[in-house]
Amino acid sequence: MSSSAHVRKKTLILATLMVSCNTAAQLLLRHGMLQIGSVRLHGHDLLAAFLKTVASGTIWIGIAGLLGAFAVYMTLLSWADYSYVQPATSLGYALVALLGVTVLGEHVTLVRWFGVALICSGVALVGRTEPRTTKRRL
Amino acid sequence: MRVALFVALVVLSSTYGEILITMGMKQAGEPERLRPRPVLRFLGRALRNGYFWAAIPLLALSFYAMLALLSWAPVSFVVPATALSYAVGALGGRFLLGERVDAVRWTGVLLVCVGVALAWAG
Repeated sequence: MSSSAHVRKKTLILATLMVSCNTAAQLLLRHGMLQIGSVRLHGHDLLAAFLKTVASGTIWIGIAGLLGAFAVYMTLLSWADYSYVQPATSLGYALVALLGVTVLGEHVTLVRWFGVALICSGVALVGRTEPRTTKRRL
Repeated sequence: MRVALFVALVVLSSTYGEILITMGMKQAGEPERLRPRPVLRFLGRALRNGYFWAAIPLLALSFYAMLALLSWAPVSFVVPATALSYAVGALGGRFLLGERVDAVRWTGVLLVCVGVALAWAG
């Protein structure tokens, strides 16, 4: 496999992993907070809610997912262009809309679907360019 | 005026923070292989990098400015407005990091900006 194809392949794999990790983590945090219930911003209630989040396994898995996604983002940026990786992160919006419909049974408007289609087209276009256009560090 | 100022603050601080992270990661050097040990060694180098730590206050500033914005304006305005960061990011990549942003990449970035705005405002 040529160097360029190898860079493209590993960039694609890590970008997919980063977006999936980030989206899954956000859904887990949402699920965890729904289990805890609405947080009231008063002294004793706020402390009780904080203790519940600290004791929640779902919240901890969500936080681990966010940290994992950030570590993958850092790794990607060690070789790929920022202007290549940053647009890829927007795929999370598309994934959330898709999961909202398929898993949570939410209604997504036509305008929102159009936005999702534009995001996917934009990311596909950026994906056609070279992932690394600066000199490799020796 | 206050909202416009904070939108600019969110966009500029998050983008500049991420550009500093990129500088730090390029300086740390990519992992030799995508295996746990080389990746952990890379993350160790990354966490000792000055650019990385310089980026943290900027990302924190962006986070708190975003929270303040959300307390004044609906999320259906805030997220589309901050989608500008994709265009500013491409400009930063071009002029601060020396990346080659050609017409195809620019078109893709602009489609993403409009797409994010519509996905939230719709």
